Amino acid sequence: MSIRIKQERCIGCGQCIDVCPGSLIDRNGQGKAWMHYPKDCWGCVSCVKVCPVQAIDFYLGADMGGRGSTMNVTADGHYLHWHIHKADGSEKTITVDRKQANSY
Amino acid sequence: MQITSEKIIHTDVLIIGGGTAGCYAALTLRSLSDASVVIAEKADIRRSGCLAAGVNALNAYITKGHTPQFYVDYAKKDAAGIVREDLLLTMSEGLNEVTRKLEDLGLVILKDEKGEYVARGTRNIKINGENIKTILADAVKKLDGVQVINHLNITDYIVRDNTMAGALGFDMRTGTAYEIRAKAVLCATGGAAGLYRPNNPGFSRHKMWYCPFNTGAGYAMGIRAGAEMTTFEMRFIALRCKDTIAPTGTIAQGVGAKQVNARGDVYEQKYGLTTSQRLYGTVRETLDGNGPCYLRTEGITPAQDESLLKAYLNMAPSQTLKWIESGKLPSQQNVEIEGTEPYVVGGHTASGYWVDTNRQTTIRHLYAAGDVAGGCPQKYVTGALVEGEIAAKNMVRQGLSDASGLDEAQEKAILAEKVAEYNAALGETDSFFTVEQLEEAMQKVMDTYAGGIGSHYQYNEKQLALADEKIDQLMELAAHVGASDYHELLFVYELRERLTVCKVLIAHLRARKETRWHSFAENLDYPEQRADWLKYVNSRMDEDGQVHMIYRDLVPGGETYEHTH
Repeated sequence: MSIRIKQERCIGCGQCIDVCPGSLIDRNGQGKAWMHYPKDCWGCVSCVKVCPVQAIDFYLGADMGGRGSTMNVTADGHYLHWHIHKADGSEKTITVDRKQANSY
Repeated sequence: MQITSEKIIHTDVLIIGGGTAGCYAALTLRSLSDASVVIAEKADIRRSGCLAAGVNALNAYITKGHTPQFYVDYAKKDAAGIVREDLLLTMSEGLNEVTRKLEDLGLVILKDEKGEYVARGTRNIKINGENIKTILADAVKKLDGVQVINHLNITDYIVRDNTMAGALGFDMRTGTAYEIRAKAVLCATGGAAGLYRPNNPGFSRHKMWYCPFNTGAGYAMGIRAGAEMTTFEMRFIALRCKDTIAPTGTIAQGVGAKQVNARGDVYEQKYGLTTSQRLYGTVRETLDGNGPCYLRTEGITPAQDESLLKAYLNMAPSQTLKWIESGKLPSQQNVEIEGTEPYVVGGHTASGYWVDTNRQTTIRHLYAAGDVAGGCPQKYVTGALVEGEIAAKNMVRQGLSDASGLDEAQEKAILAEKVAEYNAALGETDSFFTVEQLEEAMQKVMDTYAGGIGSHYQYNEKQLALADEKIDQLMELAAHVGASDYHELLFVYELRERLTVCKVLIAHLRARKETRWHSFAENLDYPEQRADWLKYVNSRMDEDGQVHMIYRDLVPGGETYEHTH
């Protein structure tokens, strides 16, 4: 269970470094975010949600059945658009309205 | 690398842990008084603790037509009698009020056309809890007189004559050592994960049920300071979706999915419906050759599929990703389930600090709330909020005064001693073992000899004796392990905390000579439930690190409980 930080997209704002509940992300020599402890990630995706430029992708480790798909999220007012990029190149977006409660 | 600087801070109230209970205690304190408050948080209160990813329902609520006593009776039955009814009742009486306050702060709660909350079952209501933690954190940030210190890891209490005087810790980023002197302290650090070998032991080792950053610090600090603990032997083991360790209740209650074995037989009625029985049934079916077990979702509608995908994004997004990644939605494939490794967590079972009705521990002016407080199982999020509120109210009622009598020179000496300890670990550059190695060794010992996943949650007296011996050996090794930076220093302390919790947990498992709860405490030498064990198993560690058991009669319903110091 972990994340990948796309170095070319990261703007070094540091919000993911602050928000991670395990303090697992550090800043590298280029001033960008770097996942220091990938095996310690809980998968809460707080960093994915807080990143303003979608530089962080979430994925499942192979030991959890991961096959290389990734997920990130964009916020649009009270909507969260979850984008899943599958390893076969296909994409799926699921939109959750934060103002709507779960029906389950 | 060494500690860079030292700071001594004075406050009226110190709250250790800015999670659910801690944040709510701060809100309560400031609404009732002008007390100054410091929140010491290991991460950042915005997303720290159990609720980082969100939560999908409020599982403790008094729904229409029910009373607080209904909730007490439910929790008591589920725990086979080992609860504190005074704690459960005072919690239950506050559930609906804190829920209303959460809604005022911005939490989205599902309502019907009459404006009433929509129940999920008899004790739960439906919400969108993705941002529950940020809502609480934002409310705390707006308060005057509350200083939040993020990335400050508290390692020790300061106790004089069994009276709380503050706490010690270090800033993981700057390397500043802190002494925070306080007139009252609330411990709200959460429970303990990472004691046992987890479901995913390799790369995804932290993809576990409970927050892996809750390492039992609050328990360990209290244990070392001589606080009385209760019911550690009532471990919590969650029944979860395989691999992702995502919740099963949303599927079970949301679409009415039954637990079935690999032969398609519904087995849950066979073993009973308490929390431990549901888990035990799944273990039993697998041992009897009927595994794996599933939640029967095949045949649900496309609309139900879509609702499940969305619901999991609000609390356990890995499960949604897994469904999409596998190409098989729940309507097309039953969801495999498994038990997690055991945890010590007072929000679900009765493990934790032995507190009075006002949530004060056996150390004067030290309070406990949330997962770290014992005697009050099934408290969940809303119960943790109520406990934070009860503790805060009692601090105000009692009045805040410094009873420690420490002068400036003594304060400096206390901090200097702790800094020397931090620096010893930071200066240890040649330790034989790493924290990671010792952590794996601890988890293996607990798994093998103290009833982990690998031993189907079962143990006997001989195995527990071996576990105790081996944990002692690891404690000795952990005393000499080194850290090359401040984050590693955190890892060193987390390891020591977990070992302390393991030591007390083993003592409790050995003390209860019966099997009151299947799987949660399954002693193969004493496989039956016995009426003479309808009592609390408590413990206290002495200054030499020896654990002494204390057996107490049940506190009857309708009574309050006070410590006799």
